[in-house]
Amino acid sequence: MTITEKILAAHAARPRVTPGESIWVDVDILMTHDVCGPPTIDIFKREFGEDARVWDPNKLVVMPDHYIFTANHHANRNVRLLRTFATEQALPHFYDVGTPRYKGVCHVALAEEGFNRPGSLLIGTDSHTCTSGAFGMFSTGVGNTDAALIMGTGKIWLRVPQTMRFIFDGALPPYLMAKDLILAVIGDIGCDGATYRAMEFDGDAVYALSMQERMTLTNMAIEAGGKNGVIAPDAVTLDYLRTRTDAPFEVVYSDADARYYSEHRYDVSTMEPVVAKPHRPDNRASVVEVAGTRLDRAYVGSCTGGKLEDFIAAASVLKGQEVVIDTYIVPATTEIGQALHTTDLDGMSLHDIFENAGCLMGQASCGACLGGPKDTFGRNMAQEVVISTTNRNFPGRMGSKQASVFLASPLTVAASALAGVIADPRTVLV
Amino acid sequence: MEQYIQGLAYVVGDAVDTDQIIPAEHLVYSLKRPDERRMYGRFAMSGVPKAEQGLPFGNIPFTAPEAYHSRFTFIVGGTNFGCGSSREHAPFALTEAGARVVIAESYARIFFRNTVDGGFVIPFESEVRLITRIRTGDSLALDTTRAHLTNHTTSEVFLLRPLGDVADILKAGNVFNYARQAGLIPARP
Ligand code: SF4
Repeated sequence: MTITEKILAAHAARPRVTPGESIWVDVDILMTHDVCGPPTIDIFKREFGEDARVWDPNKLVVMPDHYIFTANHHANRNVRLLRTFATEQALPHFYDVGTPRYKGVCHVALAEEGFNRPGSLLIGTDSHTCTSGAFGMFSTGVGNTDAALIMGTGKIWLRVPQTMRFIFDGALPPYLMAKDLILAVIGDIGCDGATYRAMEFDGDAVYALSMQERMTLTNMAIEAGGKNGVIAPDAVTLDYLRTRTDAPFEVVYSDADARYYSEHRYDVSTMEPVVAKPHRPDNRASVVEVAGTRLDRAYVGSCTGGKLEDFIAAASVLKGQEVVIDTYIVPATTEIGQALHTTDLDGMSLHDIFENAGCLMGQASCGACLGGPKDTFGRNMAQEVVISTTNRNFPGRMGSKQASVFLASPLTVAASALAGVIADPRTVLV
Repeated sequence: MEQYIQGLAYVVGDAVDTDQIIPAEHLVYSLKRPDERRMYGRFAMSGVPKAEQGLPFGNIPFTAPEAYHSRFTFIVGGTNFGCGSSREHAPFALTEAGARVVIAESYARIFFRNTVDGGFVIPFESEVRLITRIRTGDSLALDTTRAHLTNHTTSEVFLLRPLGDVADILKAGNVFNYARQAGLIPARP
């Protein structure tokens, strides 16, 4: 069996499962946020009663992150609804806005707070819940109804997916990042190339990546339609977990004779920086092909491209230079926001590098990754042409339906911010 | 699930994602309060680029400006319908606007789950590329049991893919009713 099949079998208390069959599984962690939490709670109460208790308060994680720094009355009400529910249910894992516990983008925060554990099964009311699979676990996104059923019972039905295997070999050149690899994959197989299937990432080049970079790979599995993305745990994984959790877990690996739906091989040493052109994540082009495209703004943030290493990469390009277009810096979490002040590059903090370069500094949250209320920091309001480290460029995704968004790695975004046109990071990394 | 559904078709293209079905800025409204939930009907499909709203013509809003209900019962799409975010607000918005059925060549996984488990629009699949055979405003009739679609405007008949094992959940109304009937969760309090 593959790692995905093994984890699903274990959570269905069965010796084995076969792709295609539907099974009921036990959920280890359910995560929800401010957009989908309130309607999930409504359905939970409708179905299980006004006074119903969640199945296990220790397994429910509530992380408001989407619409945080806004005056929008309805958005703020959603956070209040979460607060009331967390009090009612005495939830230990509520990361409330305006308190020192506030974290920011859930998928990155789940890792930081130690909820991502090898072999476990995590469901979230967010499509990028597949991110957690970087830790050798099963994770996927669902809607409010499924989440409400889990809230009441701890269970969900899942169809066991077939697994597609993506093997990356070779040494990653300094001008490439995980974002380039996953954009290449999505360009190859298309936005629905992995629908209903698991995407397993494997190979030396994957195991040479840090946990943050691995999370960029699994994060965008959904952009190919994937049900989950997964990477087998190794020493890097265990090392990350040591400082994040004491909870027990069991590592799981794919069998040598596991059956895969398909196998795709890449030699990363020969790959190139790429972008996804408007308006689809699979609309790939090499940076060389689109270099010179005029830009209005650059955006570095989100669960995909707002991790500390994404900012280190961007800062390595921006250091001592000035951006010529509006450039927004939005850390995914408060921990990363703080690290921008304490992490130095050649004696200067990342925060100061960005400020000196003329970037606009935002607060930890989803920010303009999904547009959001009109007063959202960095939101597109008109026909802007944007280059962004986020994960989706569907029409209107970052706000205005007239805007055009190119997706790229933090290196490419930073290089482009200096040039005001799409630029190849190889031209600035010498 | 009713056996016969009739109404007008609204045709869109491929990869209509959930931001097009219901743009993120509208997700702040309550799905419960009647004065707010109707906003989902008003803004359903409002993120579809104007030129692709109501193919092959374009510029036909799904819900007329200022209205809360759509005159279209069927949404006919191409491949990967409902890709993108996990927001259940998407099938909810279509239902709130008055749509009953979506027919697409393929669906994104989470959208499909949400429509079935939440008991919203019925998601049928078609092997034929219907977006080139049906035009916005055509009058359709569907036999959900036989997966039989008739376009009364053109007199064409199409056989859709059977609903398969999700039909049980659709018949039960939603995943809760299904789970109760199957004895997986206790009866309603
Ligand atoms: S950062 Fe963007 S993609 Fe990630 S959870 Fe927030 S809105 Fe979704």
